[in-house]
Amino acid sequence: MEVTLRIKRYNPETDVKPVFREYQVDVDPMDRVLDALNMVKWKQDGTLTYRRSCAHGVCGSDAMRINGRNRLACKMLMNELGRKITIEPLLGFRVIKDLVIDMDQFFKSYKSVKPYLIADDAPSASERIQSPEERERFDDTTKCILCAACTTACPITWTNEEWVGPAAIVNAHRFIFDSRDQGADERLKILNTRSGVWRCRTIFNCTDACPRGIEVTKAIEEVKRSLLFDRVT
Amino acid sequence: MAYYRFDAIIIGAGGAGLMAAIQLAGKANVAVVSKLYPPRSHTGAAQGGISAALGNVEEDHWEWHMFDTVKGGDYLVDQDAAEVLAREAVDAVLELEHMGLPFNRTPDGRIDQRRFGGHTRNYGEAPVRRACYAADRTGHMIIQTLYQQGIKHKLNFFDEHHLLDVLFTDDGICCGCVVMEVETGEIHTLHAKAVLIATGGYGRVFKITSNALAGTGDGVAIPFRRGVPLMDMEFYQFHPTGLYRLGILLSEAARGEGGILRNNEGEAFAARYAPTLKDLAPRDMVSRFIYQEVKEGRGIDGKDYVYLDLTHLPPEVIDQKLPDVTDFARTYLAVEPKTDPVPIQPTAHYAMGGLPTDINGRVIRDENGTVIPGFYSAGEAACVSVHGANRLGTNSLVDLVVFGRRAGRDILNHIKESDWATLPADPEFTARAQAADLLSRDKGENASEIRERMQEVMMDKVSVVRDAAGLAEAAATIHSLKLAYSSVAIHDHGKTFNTDLLEAHELGCMLDCAETIVAGAIAREESRGAHYRTDFEHRDDVNWLAHSLQYKSSGGLTLRKKPVTITIFEPKERKY
Repeated sequence: MEVTLRIKRYNPETDVKPVFREYQVDVDPMDRVLDALNMVKWKQDGTLTYRRSCAHGVCGSDAMRINGRNRLACKMLMNELGRKITIEPLLGFRVIKDLVIDMDQFFKSYKSVKPYLIADDAPSASERIQSPEERERFDDTTKCILCAACTTACPITWTNEEWVGPAAIVNAHRFIFDSRDQGADERLKILNTRSGVWRCRTIFNCTDACPRGIEVTKAIEEVKRSLLFDRVT
Repeated sequence: MAYYRFDAIIIGAGGAGLMAAIQLAGKANVAVVSKLYPPRSHTGAAQGGISAALGNVEEDHWEWHMFDTVKGGDYLVDQDAAEVLAREAVDAVLELEHMGLPFNRTPDGRIDQRRFGGHTRNYGEAPVRRACYAADRTGHMIIQTLYQQGIKHKLNFFDEHHLLDVLFTDDGICCGCVVMEVETGEIHTLHAKAVLIATGGYGRVFKITSNALAGTGDGVAIPFRRGVPLMDMEFYQFHPTGLYRLGILLSEAARGEGGILRNNEGEAFAARYAPTLKDLAPRDMVSRFIYQEVKEGRGIDGKDYVYLDLTHLPPEVIDQKLPDVTDFARTYLAVEPKTDPVPIQPTAHYAMGGLPTDINGRVIRDENGTVIPGFYSAGEAACVSVHGANRLGTNSLVDLVVFGRRAGRDILNHIKESDWATLPADPEFTARAQAADLLSRDKGENASEIRERMQEVMMDKVSVVRDAAGLAEAAATIHSLKLAYSSVAIHDHGKTFNTDLLEAHELGCMLDCAETIVAGAIAREESRGAHYRTDFEHRDDVNWLAHSLQYKSSGGLTLRKKPVTITIFEPKERKY
């Protein structure tokens, strides 16, 4: 089927501001948006620029705004989108070129919450013991692929550079609720600030945006509750 | 344009690269270069598990794991390396757990284990539960855990820097590399005492592949151009269960949990070919079973695919142990695996071949094992060889953790004992000339057409089943495509984030990989593991119980043989 891609283009070497350009492509209804972008890049206009790698929703490279919603281009099929599709870069961060945004602030926020196991009690010749129930407690937030769809769907990100953002909180949650971890206090202290969890207004944009189906808002609420009631459960 | 000096440079930030870098963290000045962001690396797409003879759910021994690895690789495996793999897998998995990897657990809180293809109890008696796993996203958990450790150790990451060249002195010592900073288009020289190539595989040379678009063999092709040999390139694994037409991987864990392959008659055909292991026979064999079923008219609707049937599995097993792969079937084929069988076909998955190394990750230059000073490789880019002619499922993750770690530790010793070798004069000359050449033409050959023709001929003539005529055709096609490539033109002539340029650069690397795969397959007149020739149907241990080494020479390619290391297990016929 013939579809029109309306893509927001910006080349910092030649453009003063972004402009929309339209491309006609003949796609299969089961094609991914990424396939359609590749058709444009490979057959029509090699200057079109976007990130991509795994092409099946696990590497997190190709998050973008598709018809106004943050989605992975490789997980969104053409048959879900109609004949005219608007594609824009994620909001809230500097656009480097076309659909490529500057990820520096995103990874800086991620790193700020100490996203690694803090524990000094590893047994020498065996694994730590963790029950299936303890493992299940933080399963949802282990799924994060750091695509930035959630953080850039949050209106607070659009206006507040200090805001740590949902993705960082998700990754803090992944360790705070891991029975093996001893760093919950450090992370909760980092998140118990004006730019931490208390900025969140619980509007669920992040949960809607997550391509991995993580209940992001719920994870943020669980971190808030840990702070309010001074305990991790 | 900048000059940097480090003790060591790790190129590629997947499992092998990060594991190596972590060994060096805090002890050496190390840079980790990736053309992506590290967590985007293709290690993250691995699904089913990482094997280790922990014996958490049933009796197991590393010797059994070693045997299975050797037999699975059709005895082309170097057995000293397989011993290292199987022995150190146990400690490597425990180290991952200590780093925080969230493995699935047994009821008593240990790391849970499940069955996988070719992994057996007591030297082939029956399947064994050896694969440690985290649902069907084990690779995701490994890449996340290692990246987390990289952050903890404050590794110096060069994110989105694309490898353009590897530098050697006239004496053949590796002394650094040249990279392009993707955002700015600037070319930089990185000077080092040691360089590790951990850039993964090159599945994108084939039309149907499970590999990421980034899997273009840059780190394999570039040293090859500099005179480094490539080993066993003819051995390329086709995973039996890729989603039909897309090639997206549907983990072997699906069969480990009880999934069954069925033909158009509904028959569970694997049992006819492999009575003991059935659907859990090694991948090379199962891919050939599928090929044979299709050839004899038992593909679904007469087409080139069969079904993977999960409908008899308890729904909670699907939801808890196979959530991602069943989601892929829903998303990309609109098939509900709980009620309907999933259309699958073999998909290009894993390169057994690559840069030849010793068991410490040191790249070697000849059949005597002569080390290239300062040059290392680990993971899929390397060929130790622990996978021989066919890799067993889960052993890729074991490989990158075990040998990434060993390479990192060896680099630590190497940099203490050596100084920086002098860089060649004008180290960026070749990289700049290549980029300038690609940027210079307004009109010429279209890169995507060359890429598509390469992918089609490799899929048609160089995949699960091969013969002399098809391989000759592939060789001729690749040759003409290389000529066309020399006048390829791109659209984007800018500096900023020029992926048009970098994709063209990657295509050049893929053509080199494809050429060596075909040349190796033509030379090897036998069938062994993943290399199956209809005109030479049997394994020929008299002439071909040997690794192939390919060199780029002025007249084309030169092929030499390297003996296989056999320590315990004498080659036998492979039956399952």
